Amino acid sequence: MTSSPLIGVLALQGDVKEHELALEAVGAHTTRVRAVEDLKAIDGLVIPGGESTTMSNLAIRMGLLEPLRAVSSAGMPMYGSCAGMIMLANTVIDARPDQQTIGGLDVTVRRNAFGRQIDSFEIDLEIPAVGELPFRAVFIRAPLVESPGPGVEVLSTLRRGGAAGTIVAVRQGVRLATSFHPELTGDTRIHDLFVQIVRQCS
Amino acid sequence: MGDQDAVTGTSRVKRGMADMLKGGVIMDVVNAEQAKIAEDAGAVAVMALERVPADIRAQGGVARMSDPDMIDDIINAVSVPVMAKARIGHFAEAQILQSLGVDYIDESEVLTPADYANHIDKQLFTVPFVCGATNLGEALRRLTEGASMIRSKGEAGTGDVSNAVTHMRRIRGDIARLSSMSPDELYVAAKELQASYDLVAEVARLGKLPVVLFTAGGIATPADAAMMMQLGADGVFVGSGIFKSGDPVRRAQAIVQATLNFDNPDVVAKVSRGLGDAMVGINVAEIPVAHRLEDRGW
Repeated sequence: MTSSPLIGVLALQGDVKEHELALEAVGAHTTRVRAVEDLKAIDGLVIPGGESTTMSNLAIRMGLLEPLRAVSSAGMPMYGSCAGMIMLANTVIDARPDQQTIGGLDVTVRRNAFGRQIDSFEIDLEIPAVGELPFRAVFIRAPLVESPGPGVEVLSTLRRGGAAGTIVAVRQGVRLATSFHPELTGDTRIHDLFVQIVRQCS
Repeated sequence: MGDQDAVTGTSRVKRGMADMLKGGVIMDVVNAEQAKIAEDAGAVAVMALERVPADIRAQGGVARMSDPDMIDDIINAVSVPVMAKARIGHFAEAQILQSLGVDYIDESEVLTPADYANHIDKQLFTVPFVCGATNLGEALRRLTEGASMIRSKGEAGTGDVSNAVTHMRRIRGDIARLSSMSPDELYVAAKELQASYDLVAEVARLGKLPVVLFTAGGIATPADAAMMMQLGADGVFVGSGIFKSGDPVRRAQAIVQATLNFDNPDVVAKVSRGLGDAMVGINVAEIPVAHRLEDRGW
C-alpha cells in the first residue's frame, strides 16, 4: 500500500490542472501523461474533462489509445470526468461514428445528453459513497449513463425534473466515472474516493 | 438535501466550459465542409463566421453576425462546440446566437462595432462569452460585464503574430506587476486599470486571470502556436491562418500538434515540414491605424 500514490492525468487537452490540484489536495502525487512512457510509473490515471471528440482523435494520433487500453485491461485504476467518462465507456451514442474510446467500463454513454452549452447546469447531488453532505455538481455539455452492465455500481442519479433517474456517477471495480466535474468546485470527495481505490490496488 | 433544482448559466458553468477547451485550437470556419475538416484535424471547437478576417479586411464593408442558416449547418455538421461572433455592443445579435444554441459567443472586434461606447451586458445571457483584450484593464472590464473567457486581440486577418505577442506579454506583465504590489497599492492599481477593486485584488492573489486566457490574432504557423503557448496562453484561436493557406488539412493538424506539444521543439519541427504556403501575410505596421482591429473595444 502506497500512502502517496502517483496518479497520471491524461494531458492531451482539457482541465488537467484542476484535476492535479484536486488530487494533490487529497494526498496524491501527480504527473502528466502525454506519451506511452509516461504510463510506466503511475499507479492510476485520471482522464479529465475536455472535448471527447478531440481527446479521442489526439489519443489515436499520439499512439496512446492502444497503450491506454492495455494498462486498463491490466487493471490500472482509472477515473474519468465528463469527456473522461466517455473515454472509459465501452459504447458511446450520439458521437461521431468513428469515435474510439479506451473502454473497460461496461456502460453505454450518451454524449451531450442534456443539450448544448445553454443547457449546462449545476445541482446538488446525493452520492452516499462519498458521504451524506450534498455534492455540488457542475454539468457542462455533459454525458449520461444508459444501460449499465451487471457489474456496474450506480453511485448517483439526478433526483428532480425531466431528467430524474438519470445515472451520473458509476463505479465498476477500479473504474470510476462522473458525468459532472468535481474538479471545478473544490469538493475533493470524489478524488479522495479514487485515491482510496488506487491505494487499495497498489 | 440534493433536491434543489438545476441552475443554468452560472459563472462556474460558463467559465467551466472554457476550462474544457484548454490546450486546444479553435478554428474559424465559414461552412460545414470546413467545420468537418477542422474537427477531423483535432480542433476543440469551431468559430462559425461568414468571412474569415483576411477576407473582411480585403473586401471591406460592414462585417456582421453570420446567417443563422449557415450557423445551423455548422452546428449540425460537427460534434465539437460551435462558437459564433457578434458585433461589439450588438446585444440583439447575441440574443439571436443564444437562441440558435451556439455554445459560446465571441463579442469580436473582427466584426464592425455596433456600439462605440458600450459592450454587451453579458451578465444577462445564459450562453457564455469570450472577449478580446490588449491589456489587463481591458480584460478585467470585460469580465465585469460578464465575459467568461478572454483572448488576446492580436491583429486578425494578417498572419502577423506580433500584436498577439504584445498583448499576451502585456496582460501577463500587468498581472505580474499586480502580484508584486502591497495591498495598499492595489487601490490605485484598480483606478489605473479602470477595473473593480475586488477583481484587481483577486487577480493579484491568484497571479492569473480567474478565467481561461486564449491567444488570437495573426497565428498562422505551428511555430506561432508553440510560441504563444510558451508565452502562457491556455489555447489558440486560428482565424484566417488555416483556410487561407495552401494545405488547410495538414496545416490544421500541424497547428493542433504544435499546440499540444508546444514545449517539444522536435515535434513542432516535424509537423512544420511540407505544409505548403502559409497565408499571405500583411505586416501590421503597414496597416493604417484607422484600419487596425485591435483598437476596437475599450
